[in-house]
Formats: sequence, C-alpha cells, structure tokens
Amino acid sequence: MNSFLSIISITLMYSAPLIFSALGGVISERSGVINIGIEGMMVTGAFWATFTCCFTNNPWLGFLIGGISGSLLALFHAIASVFLKADQTISGVALNLIGPGLAFFFCGLLFDGKTATNPITNKLPKIFGNNNFISEFMGVLNVDITVVIALILTFVIWFFLYKTKWGLRVRAIGEHPVAADALGINVLKLRALCVIVSGFLAGLGGSSVTLTISSQFNQTSISGQGFIALAALIFGKWTPFGAYFACLFFGFSQALAINFGGYNFISPTLLSCLPYFFTLLALMFVGKSVSPKSNGIPYKKA
Amino acid sequence: MVELKIIVKTLKKPFPSLMFSILLGFSVSILILALTGYSPFEVIKSLLNGVFSKPKYISNVIIKSTPIILTGISVALAFKAGLFNIGAEGQFIAGSIASVAAGILFDLPAFFQILVVLFFGALFGALFGCLVGFLKSKFGIHEVISGIMLNWISLHICNFFVSLEMFHKPNSNNSFAIRETGYTDLKKSFSFLKNSSFSDILKTDINIGFFFAVILAILVAFLLNKTKNGYEIRAIGFNSKAAKFAGINIEKNIISVMLICGGISGLAASLTITGVSPHCVSILSGFENNGFNGLPVSLIAYNSPIGCIFSGLFFGILIYAGKSMQSELSTPSEIINIMIGIIVFFVSVAGIFPYLLEGIFKRRKKNE
Amino acid sequence: MLSRISSKFAVQMREIEKSFGFQKILNSFNIDVEKGSIHAVLGENGAGKTTLMNILYGICKADSGKIFLNGKLVNIKNSRIAIKNKIGMVHQHFMLIENFTVLENIILGNEITKKFGILDIKKARYQILEISNKYKLNVDLDAKIENISVGMQQRVEILKSLYRGADILILDEPTAVLTPNETIDLISTAKEFASENKTVVIITHKLNEIKSSSDVCTIIKAGKNIDTLNIRSTSQEELATKMVGRTFALAVEKNRTKAEFGETVLKIKNLNVENKKGILAVKNLSFKIRAGEILGLAGVDGNGQKELVEAIICGIKSKSGSIEICGKQIQNTSVQNVIKNGVSIVHEDRKKLGLILDFTVAENSIFSTYNLKLFSNKGILNMKAIHSFAEKLIENYNIKPQKCSEYLTKNLSGGNQQKIIIAREIASNPKLLIVVQPTRGLDISAALYVEKILMKERNKGKAILLVSFELDEIIKLSDTITVIYNGSIIKAFTQNNFSKNEIGVLMAGGGRTENYSKDA
Repeated sequence: MNSFLSIISITLMYSAPLIFSALGGVISERSGVINIGIEGMMVTGAFWATFTCCFTNNPWLGFLIGGISGSLLALFHAIASVFLKADQTISGVALNLIGPGLAFFFCGLLFDGKTATNPITNKLPKIFGNNNFISEFMGVLNVDITVVIALILTFVIWFFLYKTKWGLRVRAIGEHPVAADALGINVLKLRALCVIVSGFLAGLGGSSVTLTISSQFNQTSISGQGFIALAALIFGKWTPFGAYFACLFFGFSQALAINFGGYNFISPTLLSCLPYFFTLLALMFVGKSVSPKSNGIPYKKA
Repeated sequence: MVELKIIVKTLKKPFPSLMFSILLGFSVSILILALTGYSPFEVIKSLLNGVFSKPKYISNVIIKSTPIILTGISVALAFKAGLFNIGAEGQFIAGSIASVAAGILFDLPAFFQILVVLFFGALFGALFGCLVGFLKSKFGIHEVISGIMLNWISLHICNFFVSLEMFHKPNSNNSFAIRETGYTDLKKSFSFLKNSSFSDILKTDINIGFFFAVILAILVAFLLNKTKNGYEIRAIGFNSKAAKFAGINIEKNIISVMLICGGISGLAASLTITGVSPHCVSILSGFENNGFNGLPVSLIAYNSPIGCIFSGLFFGILIYAGKSMQSELSTPSEIINIMIGIIVFFVSVAGIFPYLLEGIFKRRKKNE
Repeated sequence: MLSRISSKFAVQMREIEKSFGFQKILNSFNIDVEKGSIHAVLGENGAGKTTLMNILYGICKADSGKIFLNGKLVNIKNSRIAIKNKIGMVHQHFMLIENFTVLENIILGNEITKKFGILDIKKARYQILEISNKYKLNVDLDAKIENISVGMQQRVEILKSLYRGADILILDEPTAVLTPNETIDLISTAKEFASENKTVVIITHKLNEIKSSSDVCTIIKAGKNIDTLNIRSTSQEELATKMVGRTFALAVEKNRTKAEFGETVLKIKNLNVENKKGILAVKNLSFKIRAGEILGLAGVDGNGQKELVEAIICGIKSKSGSIEICGKQIQNTSVQNVIKNGVSIVHEDRKKLGLILDFTVAENSIFSTYNLKLFSNKGILNMKAIHSFAEKLIENYNIKPQKCSEYLTKNLSGGNQQKIIIAREIASNPKLLIVVQPTRGLDISAALYVEKILMKERNKGKAILLVSFELDEIIKLSDTITVIYNGSIIKAFTQNNFSKNEIGVLMAGGGRTENYSKDA
C-alpha cells in the first residue's frame, strides 16, 4: 500500500515539470512552429526562477520570473523562425546552446563563480501546506502545488484550443496557414505569440523543478527534461491531454524504476533505463502519429 | 548604391554569409562580456594566445576537434537523408563502452588490437544508429524521440558498465584503461620533434584520429555526391515521397544511412578511447556533449562533410580558447557555448540578410 | 472604353502593375465590373488573371495602381480589408483545412463568440443553415473536409464567402473539378446571387462555359486587358482568337489513321484497392490497354483515380485482383520492379512526386533510370553520361533556359519542369506510359506541345493511360474512353462512339454500374 502511494506521488512529482513544457510544445507546434529549444527554455526558467527566489525569498515571484525568462528566450526563436523564416530546428538548436549558456554564465557571475546557485529557503507550497502533523497517508498525497497547476493548465489549454476562437485560429495556422491568411488571420503574429507562450510554459516547467524538487539550480537540475517533454508531446499526438498522459506515463515508469531499485534484484543503474525503454516500447504500439500539417514550415506570404 | 548591390549579392553566397554570421556571433558575445565587465581587448588577446601561442595548443585543438568533426559528419550525413541525428551522443557513448570492453577483453598484437577496438566501437555505434533507423522505418517513431531515449539508455548502460566488477577500477569513477597495445597515439612517430621548437607537441595526446576524420569526410562526400546510394539518400532527404515513387527503397536506405551515421559516431568514440588518455570511460552524471556538439558543427558547415572538418576545428578552437580564457581572465567558460549558439542562430537566419538589405535598398530608392 | 469612376460599378481597377522578380505579371491593367453582373475574366494560364484577383482580395499587393469599390477608393492591404469590403474569393485550389469540420472552416476568422472568445457554435450553425437554404448550397456542417466530395468542398468555399456577407464573389476556375451537372448548379447559384444586385467574377480559361454563365467577358493576355466584350454578341471563336492572339484550331489534330492496336500491354482484372482510411476506393475494376492506344480515364477527382494509379505502380498495396504488364504479374511487387517492366508515370503533382526541386536538372533527368548501367556502374554514378544525357533532353524538348543541366530544377518554370518529366519518362522507352493531368497549369502552347508528344508516342506503339479531370482533354486525345465513378468503371466508349453529354452524366454517377470486365 505504501509503495503504491509512493509510486503515485513520485509519478506526479516527476511529471509536473514535464507537463508544463509539453503543453508549451503543444501550443507552439499546433501553430506550426517546431520547438526543439524547450530544453534551453527550461534551463533558463529554472535558473532565473531560483535566482529570483534566492534574493526575494518569494517562490511565486520566482515562478513567474522563470516563465517570463523562458518566454524571452522564446522571443528569439519567434523572431528567427517566424519572421526571418529560419529553419526551426536549427534555431532551436541555437537556443539550446544560448539559453543554458547564459544561465550558467550568469550563475557564475552572480554566485561568485560557482556552478550552482545558493539553495532556496522557501519552496513552492504543497497542496495541504507544509505541516508535518497530517497522517502518513495524506503526507504521501500532499503533492506539490505545481502538480495541480499542471492539471488545471492542461484543461485550460484544451479549452483554449478547442472551444475558443483563438484556439480555432491557432489550429488553423498550424494546418493551413495560407487558408487562414486568406480569411484575414495574421499568421505571423499569432505564430510568434504561440512560440512566446510556449517559452513561458517551458520556463514554468523549468522553474517547477528547482522551486519544488531540487531547491537549487545546478548543471544537472535540467538535464534532458525538455527533450522528454518533446517526446511526450509527439507521444501524446499533439493534444493537451495526450501530452499530459504521456508525461504521467513517463513519470510513472520513473517511479517504478525507483521503487524496484529498493528491492535490489536488478542493478539500480540499469533500472534507470526503464522510463526511456518503456517510452520507446509504448511508441512502438501507439504507432505513427500525424503532426499538424504545416508544422516546421515557415510561412511566407506571396 | 552599387556597393550595396555587391554586398547583397555576396551575402547570398554561402561562405561569405557564414563568415558574416560568425562575425556577428563574435561581436555579440564580446559585447555580452564587455557589458559584464570584461575588457574586449583582453578577451580577444587571451582567446588568440590560448590557441596560437604554442604548438602544443594547436595540437590540443586538433585533438579536441577530432571527435566532434566525426560526430559532425555523422549528423551531416543523416541530415542529407532528412534525418536529425540527435542520437549521435548515445551512439558515441555506446561506441566508447564497446571500445573499452574490447580493449580490455582482447589481448592481441598492437596492430590487430587497435583494429579490434576500433571495429567494436564502430559496430556498437552503428547498432545504436541502426536501431533509430529501424524504429523510424518500421514503427514510424520519430528519430529525434528514439535518439533522445537511446542517449539516456546508453548513458545509464555506461554507468552500469563502469560499475561492473570486471571493468571497474577500484577507488575511482572510472573503468580500467584499455591495454596499451590498443593505443593510437603518435608520440613515437613524432619523436623526431624532440629537440625542435615543436617538442611540446609531444606532451599532448597526439594521435591518428584526425587523419581518420579527414579520410572519413572525403569518403562520405564521395558517397553522397558520386554514388548511386548517395543519390538515393539525397533524393529521400529532399523529397521522400517523390523518391518512393521513383522506386527508391526508403526503409532500407534510412536504416543503412543511420547504420553508417552510428558507425561514424562510434568510431569517433573509439578513436578518442584509443588516442586520448585516460583511455577509459567514467561514470556520467550528464552528457559530455561529444555527440550533441556534432549538431552545431554540422549546421555551421551547412551539412557538408568536408565542411565539418573546418567547422569542427573552429569549434575546437573556441572550446579550447574558452578554457584558457577561464583560467586567465576567470571568464565563465559558458561564454563559448553562448558564442557558438549565437553563431548557429545567425547561420539559421543568414538567408534573410541579403533580402533585408535589399528591402532597405529599395525603400531608400523610393524615398529619393 | 474606360468608364468614369461611379457607384454603378462594384469593382474598378486602374493602372494595376505587378511584377514578380523581373517578370511583369500585370501591366497597367484596367477593368470595370458592373454591379449585378456575372463577369468572366478569360485568359491563358500565366496571363495574370489569378494574380489580378489575388490583388483584389488582398493576398498579394500591387506594385502600383488603384482599386475602387462602389466608386470609392480603397487600399486593400490584406485579406481582412477585402473581407470587410464584402469581397469573397473561392480559390482554384480550395483553401480548406482538411481535418476541420465544415462548420469550423466556415466560421474561421469570423467566429461568433460568447464572452471571453468562447465559440458560439449553436448560433453559427443557425446562421449558416439560413444562408445554405437560401442559395440551395447543401452541405453537411459536421463532416470533416477530408471526407466530403470536391463538389461539396466548393459549396463550403462559397458559403464561407456568403457567411462573411460578400457582395462580390470571385470564383477562380470554379468548374475545373466539377461534373457537368454540378457546373449547372453552380451557374444557377451564381445567377441567383447576381439577381440580388450582387456581383460575380469568374476566372476561367474555358471558353465554352463563359457562354452559358456570364454577361460580360474581359480578356487578359500577358498582363494586359485586351478587350471587354458583351458575351451575347460575341462568338466563341472570336473569344478564342482574342485570348491567344492568333487564330488557331480549337481541336487538336488527332491524325487518326485507322486504329490498329497491338498486343495488350496493361491488363487489370477485378482490382480492389483501399485508400489511406481503409475504405475501398477502387472496386472490382477491370480494363486493358493495347499498344498504340490512348485510354482516357474520365471522372471527377476523388473517384479512385489516384488509388488506381498508385496501385499500378505499386506505390500502395492492392487488396485483390490482378495487374499484368505484357502478361507479367506486377501487382504488389515494388515500384522498382514496375519500372523495370516498362511502366513510366507522369504524376499530377509534379513538384511533389515527379521531381526533386533541389536537384539539378541533370540529376532529375535520370530520376527513374539511375539504375541503368549507363548512369551508375557498380554503385558509382557516371557524371559525364548523366550530364550529356540531360543536355540531349534539354535540346530535344527545347527546355529553357538552354544548357540548364546544372541548374537547380526549382529555378525553372512550371512548363519546363513538366517537360523534364515527360522527356525523361519517354526517354526511358516504356511500354506503358501513365499520364495524370499532363497539361495542368501549362499555357496553351506548352499544353499543345505535350499533347503532340503524347500523340507521337501513341503512334509509335506505346500504350498510354491518360487520367484527367478535364473531359475536353480526354475527348481530344483518347482512342478509348472509360468513365470511372466511385471506384468502378461505369462504361467504356470506343473511338468517336460517344456523346459528351452521356459521359458527363455518367461521371456524376448517373449511370447504372455495368461491369466492364466482360470486355477485357
């Protein structure tokens, strides 16, 4: 029973940051812009969030700043790949170098040449608060507030995409930008906005790692979660709830690996492969997923 | 006005536009350094000093460049087939593990030992690459996804490997080194330099890797441009649907291209293991970027295999210079990643420069 | 002949200029479109008619010139402004989003919303139904575009414009994809619309339709307004002469000597093929083509032609039945094998399927024959041979610019690209040549050239399968005409033994399904 609960709690903990970032990917790619730079935006968000929290002791402000810093980095992706028609993959690769580069550069500058920030003293709260006198059962389920925010955001973005006029337009420009343009929709502006929002969400994803789990930013705070989010987005067939469950699935296999690690019948290092292996296996059965038709193609007006 | 026209025309050619992007990348990074209190003059001086002041430094640059030239070629070849080989990192790690295992388990005379180590490195890299191709063509799994997953899987396998009693060097984070018969350093062949002014080269891990990289670049260029398979690969990369209707077997080609790409990444690893001390693998807490750096190397070279030699060297210079800047000026070495990132960023938008200029040109003409 | 600017006219365009690169598309173009009229704009492919309308609809900007709507000067910077000024456009290639529903497509960009931008689907549905009932534009609002017929897609496009309250409706080549009956319906919708003092502009290159549909016709040639004529007092020949600028025979010489067909080259029996969605797209289909015969497959787009052709070349798997080339089973083998057995194809979508636009012309010239020993020996390409082969094709087919074998193919014009494919496929000396929409997008002289080549190859004894959505083209070129509807061959006609009307009715599904296999 206990291990069952801990699996749930670890699943939720691991998946929350991924969900934010994968949702960002959904928004960007649904509008037709591939965002390989999510990783860089997560690192950026994680650093600036931690930095803000270190100096203001306000994790919520850090969370916000993390999102904003991610969206600032995304702004460059928007300029390059939307307005200047750059190859979206290449510009994304560039951001994965620039974002973390800047983060570690400033980390060194602002924290006396160290490769890590000071630990934050005030994390984002848990849903039942940080009191210790609740029961063990409740204690396991006392997950980070980001877990709840991630779920709410998933719903919000689903609602946005399928029930509002702006969502209709976002989906339209990712499928057939020429048609949308002919109906008077400003494709470039809307795409740029989507990329910036996706950067904001990826920034939140990065922040939620350091503000809830690790409480410190260092070289390994974000190591590949952005790419996992990218995988989840494709696994989830470019839909908000698809991405949500793909991230949960990944978190779940992570939790399984950690749980099995305690039994010592397989080497724990080898068990660490499990989430990645499971994801591949799952993808083999899910089969081909079809991306938005104009995803990755810069829109040029005649 | 005439000059402007010439500039516009020049910027449409790849090489000048690349140089322009590099210049912009340098300027922006130096600006960042200047804004954070480092003298631009000092930065440039230490950058140049760190690379060109001693033969040893140049030798080190070449040694550092070798693996990323090779992974760059691997990425470039995949790009030509329309594939994004982000899995080069994992292929490199797989190659390292296999090389170390072979270098320890086999005990053959020097020449054969080297051959066996290189072969196993390339083989396991190729297997990982091939798996990506297989998953793509049989299950439609995007190569970026499978590549990323396999990167992590190979990282954890590496850590598992190092932890095995048979390979683990006690009281360290490393595996044992491979047998010395497997070393490919060229210190002996270059011993004639002992009494010359180049003698400090002998202090570096000078090895055969760079020659391999050059030969492979030429081979891959030949494959792409002069052979039937290369023709098929490029056709798939440009337009896979048309290729399919021209009778080209796409699945087979994707698998075989990824096999070669993986092999090249694996070879990059085994040449590093055999050529550079400590000739072993260590526990990895994160990626060492030998494969990931292949991406910008290839992109800066516009995915030309021969170009990868030069962009790899350029990249090597920056990485090495970054280290010397860090020790001399205590500039955070991340500035190099920023610089490379900005260069790649400008390379990605380089196509627009001439048109922007043209636009200004036209507007001015209108106003006149 | 220019009228004064007045509110009598829905559209007046003055001195419109437009160039792409160095090419001048529109050259101080003037046009007056009267309110309440159906106005045809007639011109060859490449004459500039679509560009003109794109300017009116704000899709591209004119370099200079003025546009007056209802006597008032307007600056149509983008489509949003055009829509605001009650202009609607139905593009030749529909601008519909395939995986959206009909309703979503109609409201996009002009959504009816509740608070906070939340869509009000109910209200939108009510409004659209009102319009579609009024103009008898019957559509299924909840169907996805990818699942409805081309005719219905066009109705969706028209509804899109009407939903936005268009007073001026531009139809770009509207009948290209319609059956004759659907064409009649479309014309009656247009007339209904015009009777409310609204205006329709029809862009077309089809002479015969203008007569039945339009009141006035403007002829455009090389970006200039040649003349504006009253349809009722002008003959078809006169229109044609003005459009092309020289007199020419409307009918291509078929120079048919007595049909002497050779052996059966392609024999298809009881073929069944599923489309991407797993629905049977080709149903129990049989026919044969003999050497020296052009078999025209008449039918409206989307009736299984694509699947049939792809199954023949083994691009997709067929479910059952048999396909034989000269007695040899080829079905469900590989594209490579089909090519080896002497089948060549000129795809409809040449940019996507027939060419690698980023290859040089030389590289494209061997695209289906690079396996020949001449071009690649032991895996190494013979550059010299490839180059000289390409140069020969360029010379023989008059592909422009001259000596372009090292040019990137994307820098050539559409007509020259088409020539590369046809030159290449014919040079491979096939037994069976499949051509799909071979003259689509070509100007008249290029189209004539292509048609002549097809005739020449037929006379040399090639078997040719001609798939076209333009009935006129089929009638012009074919020895045998078969009509495909809903994946089955409805009827086959031999030489001259048919009536256009009958074929038209059959194309629209107006005939009994008659199994043609007994003839094969």
